[in-house]
Amino acid sequence: MTDSSPTDRTSPLHDIHVAGGASFTDFAGWQMPVSYGSDLAEHHAVRTAAGIFDISHMAEILVSGTDAAAFLDFALAGRLSAIGAYQAKYSLLLDESGGIIDDLVVYRLGDEVFFVVANAGNRGPVVEALTKRVAGFDSVTVDDQSDDIALIAVQGPASRSILEATSAITELAVPLDELKYYWSTDAFFDGSALLVGRTGYTGEDGFELYITADRAAELWQALVEAGADKGLIPAGLASRDTLRLEAGMPLYGHELGLDTFPAQAGLGRVVNLKKEDDFVGRSAVEAGPPEGARVLVGLTTEGRRAGRAGYPVVTESAEVGVITSGALSPTLGYPVAMAYVDPSVVEAGDPLFIDVRGTRIPATVVTLPFYKRASN
Amino acid sequence: MADVTTLQYTAEHEWVLVDGDTATVGITSYAADKLGDVVFVELPQPGATLAEGSIVGEIESTKSVGELFAPVNGEVVEANDAVVSDPSLVNSDPFGEGWLIKVKFTELPALLNHTEYTALVGE
Repeated sequence: MTDSSPTDRTSPLHDIHVAGGASFTDFAGWQMPVSYGSDLAEHHAVRTAAGIFDISHMAEILVSGTDAAAFLDFALAGRLSAIGAYQAKYSLLLDESGGIIDDLVVYRLGDEVFFVVANAGNRGPVVEALTKRVAGFDSVTVDDQSDDIALIAVQGPASRSILEATSAITELAVPLDELKYYWSTDAFFDGSALLVGRTGYTGEDGFELYITADRAAELWQALVEAGADKGLIPAGLASRDTLRLEAGMPLYGHELGLDTFPAQAGLGRVVNLKKEDDFVGRSAVEAGPPEGARVLVGLTTEGRRAGRAGYPVVTESAEVGVITSGALSPTLGYPVAMAYVDPSVVEAGDPLFIDVRGTRIPATVVTLPFYKRASN
Repeated sequence: MADVTTLQYTAEHEWVLVDGDTATVGITSYAADKLGDVVFVELPQPGATLAEGSIVGEIESTKSVGELFAPVNGEVVEANDAVVSDPSLVNSDPFGEGWLIKVKFTELPALLNHTEYTALVGE
């Protein structure tokens, strides 16, 4: 496709997905695979073997220059200067009033080089905020490389063995069996530079592979071939959503937004108030969300009818919250949901219900995540 | 599985198989594919009176909720318990074992034929 209107962008892997029988969904203006047949089978494959996801719609922004670390300490809520080369860190981009512009993963690729990965739907606001905040920092450049970089995720317990069996992946600076969670390493794929992060959005062990867009199809095919006898199957955004939900991971636009303070979303730990220097949103975050602001909780219910985004959370007498994400958990077999709920009813332990299209279903508040993989 | 070319259809992606005064109702493969893996089905019970166009049941997938609209006025004579206990039948055999309800009707409304329905969904 040569026409890339804002609502009809396609990944460099689009033709492969079409050939693979994918059905597509619009996601932040991109036509991305939602499933290749059975989203449940894809979900279970990631929990038990492995799945391969095309997430090339994600935005990649290279921040480099002498003051790059200090700049990101100012621009983001975390202390990025504290991470080592090739370490990754989950962070937040806040606005002045403490609202969340986006949640990000930042890889440090050197003393003065950082690779910022943002949500596809927030590419514009993230690039704009970073570019604006760079004023006052010496020789820092913000380079939106999203159009040139494809991102393939291999997730699941068999991921490592699949990458190791992919013979065209060579020259790993760190062997995969030594690569820790939330670290990354340089490598090559058949002569092209490859960044391999041990990161993901499924709650399983797994890797995210960044490569120049014109080599993405070959990399995908090589991984699929290497994983064929290890249970690897292509997986779409539907299973990605149920996987991240089980893992208690927030999704921007559902659990996170400009009207959400990090503390409400349980992300207070991501904001480093101990760092000495100022950062955008600091004073608002220090002042904190208003008294009684709703907090994110996990809810489980019995039966098979799931609460969905937008459904009310109620007590016997009042509406006290709203569901932001929910599904019948494929792994657990019962419905799970994340919801913003008045903290007072959570503290009091009041009986809660979700209102499923007029039917009240008793709900139990649980600690997130709903699902945690057995440690390796 | 029913011969899809002889079925009648609604714009809400239901199919209707008429046998005498009884209509067997299900959702089309197009609807099932759009929903994704179906994990929960709620159907009206035998004896229930249906008003054409009203929401009478639910078909939930992992990612969304679909509604079952009554394609005819009438009375439910049978609900497919097999699909309630194994909702994946809606995906694996939407025109066969994945049927949903049988409705006894007195008058059949105007429905789409196979050509009209395939034109509607553009397939």
